Amino acid sequence: MREFSFDAVVVGGGAAGMAAALALDSRGRTVALVDREAGLGGILLQCIHNGFGLIEFDEELSGPEFAERIEEGVRKSRIEAFCAATVIDLEAAGEEKTLVCVSSSLGILRLKCRVVVLAMGCRERNRGNIRIPGTRPAGVFTAGLAQRLVNIEGYLPGRDIVIIGSGDIGLIMARRMSWVGCEVHAVVEILPYPSGLTRNIVQCLHDFDIPLYLSHLTTRIYGRDRVEGVEVTPLENGALVPAKAFEIPCDTVLLSVGLVPENELSKKAGIDINPATNGPAVDSTMMTNLGGVFACGNVLHVHDLVDFVVEESRRAGGYAADWLDGQRPKAEARVKIGANVRYVSPGRVDLARENKIYLRSLVVKNDATLEVRLDKALVRSIRKNHVQPSEMISLELKPGELGAGSSRAEPVVEISIR
Amino acid sequence: MTCITCPIGCSLSIEREDGGSLVVTGNRCPRGAAYAREELLSPKRTVTATVRARTVVKAAEGGGGAELPRRVPCRTLSAFPRERVGELLSLLYGIELELPVERGKILVKDALGTGIDVIVTRSIA
Ligand SMILES: Cc1cc2nc3c(=O)[nH]c(=O)nc-3n(C[C@H](O)[C@H](O)[C@H](O)COP(=O)(O)OP(=O)(O)OC[C@H]3O[C@@H](n4cnc5c(N)ncnc54)[C@H](O)[C@@H]3O)c2cc1C
Ligand code: SF4
Repeated sequence: MREFSFDAVVVGGGAAGMAAALALDSRGRTVALVDREAGLGGILLQCIHNGFGLIEFDEELSGPEFAERIEEGVRKSRIEAFCAATVIDLEAAGEEKTLVCVSSSLGILRLKCRVVVLAMGCRERNRGNIRIPGTRPAGVFTAGLAQRLVNIEGYLPGRDIVIIGSGDIGLIMARRMSWVGCEVHAVVEILPYPSGLTRNIVQCLHDFDIPLYLSHLTTRIYGRDRVEGVEVTPLENGALVPAKAFEIPCDTVLLSVGLVPENELSKKAGIDINPATNGPAVDSTMMTNLGGVFACGNVLHVHDLVDFVVEESRRAGGYAADWLDGQRPKAEARVKIGANVRYVSPGRVDLARENKIYLRSLVVKNDATLEVRLDKALVRSIRKNHVQPSEMISLELKPGELGAGSSRAEPVVEISIR
Repeated sequence: MTCITCPIGCSLSIEREDGGSLVVTGNRCPRGAAYAREELLSPKRTVTATVRARTVVKAAEGGGGAELPRRVPCRTLSAFPRERVGELLSLLYGIELELPVERGKILVKDALGTGIDVIVTRSIA
């Protein structure tokens, strides 16, 4: 067993982990960056489509290009990267933390530090999570797994495809499977509107004449050894109409039914999870209930833009460095989720400084207004041309806007959409 | 048609005036009008794909020494005429690339005479 000591250890070497590690390094702290994969980059490496980096680099890049640009910064820094090493335990004894890692080349490692940044990303919901009845034949994949097989390893999961769920990953995979010569027969979505972006509906479905069945439920997957087809049943006024059910023959089903932050490690360590985001509950500095343990990127809440992941994670790394310097939040207020808002992250703001927060709407709406209230008084209202649940909204709150603070012992900032 | 230039996704309608020029309505900003014209007259898309790596790389640790096929990702440097995407993909799928390769390397110059280059998007050692 080997032991190393650092000021900070970052768990996960995707966009979030790299950005947080770079921020800590730039503040002169010693940093270890640990990832279970053979190299850094995370999920970006399999996202070979374009659409990354418009905010961060002012250019439209593919996932691997975006990852490599950030990794170049890591290579020039003093960050020590441990790849092919999985963190299995986080132990905290007062201010001192120990991360236990398993590495096939180095065996068991113990990394000691005062600050931990969690950046483990998220994983996909699978068939078990959404309970589709039927047989258990081969040929059912999550869309992200299929993406990795096709884009990195060069295998085709099948020829005749049906995609369940209209999230962006499923839509992007509909185009990919079409471009590699497969036939995509349908995308089936239970909701009355697609969960992916309109531009992906156009570029990934319309371009290939792929039908999108909205308000339809996949009621069965059938086939003996291999998938032979799915049964799809329409929903009318919220009820299934079995008389109108139909079958779509296919040999492969891809599931694109959502992502969940990867928090097994966090839960085991005793970190509180926020049920609205499935990520750790954090204060205005993105610190969890374990002092000195921070979280950012998809492990905190699922992001749709990597540019936002990097922005948030850079700040988390900065706050972690502040914490090492002995700084603590001064005047925190709880954030209350108001009308038409699904969640707000982080769940606290510091009234004494500038805050950047991310939120998601519960509704699709044009010409919406975002309202911020401090102890019930309206302090800011912002016009939005368009809001929808699949698009995260970012919001900056300056100390001046939050007034000189609040007279209440426990101030509350409420955010709502009208 | 739906404008896909930004996430708002305005519903556009296009009519031909007597003089033959196109009139776009429903767009919330001028980019929508430009998009509608281009989408109608010559639609374009950025194409991303992978090409085969000739050098077969030994699987990293844990792969049991098995040999894995590797794909190298690439993309067009700008949007490419949509009706020729199939031709472009056939061209790309026929390529075998020698490793190592650097990000940004031009894989195909002036693809199919369109003036658009295809570049490698990941360095693989
Ligand atoms: C299919 C898909 C398409 C997308 N399309 C776009 C797009 O078009 N534009 C855009 O801007 N964004 C897009 N995104 C979103 C964006 O890419 C991600 O939000 C972002 O890359 C997430 O970064 P992350 O670092 O939080 O997570 P990840 O990249 O998932 O990184 C987490 C890392 O942690 C490691 N890890 C996890 N647990 C452990 C452990 N216990 N020990 C060690 N290591 C561990 C993992 O190996 C992984 O490398 C897309 C995402 C997906 C999945
Ligand atoms: S017309 Fe303008 S506002 Fe509307 S979707 Fe297109 S780019 Fe966006």
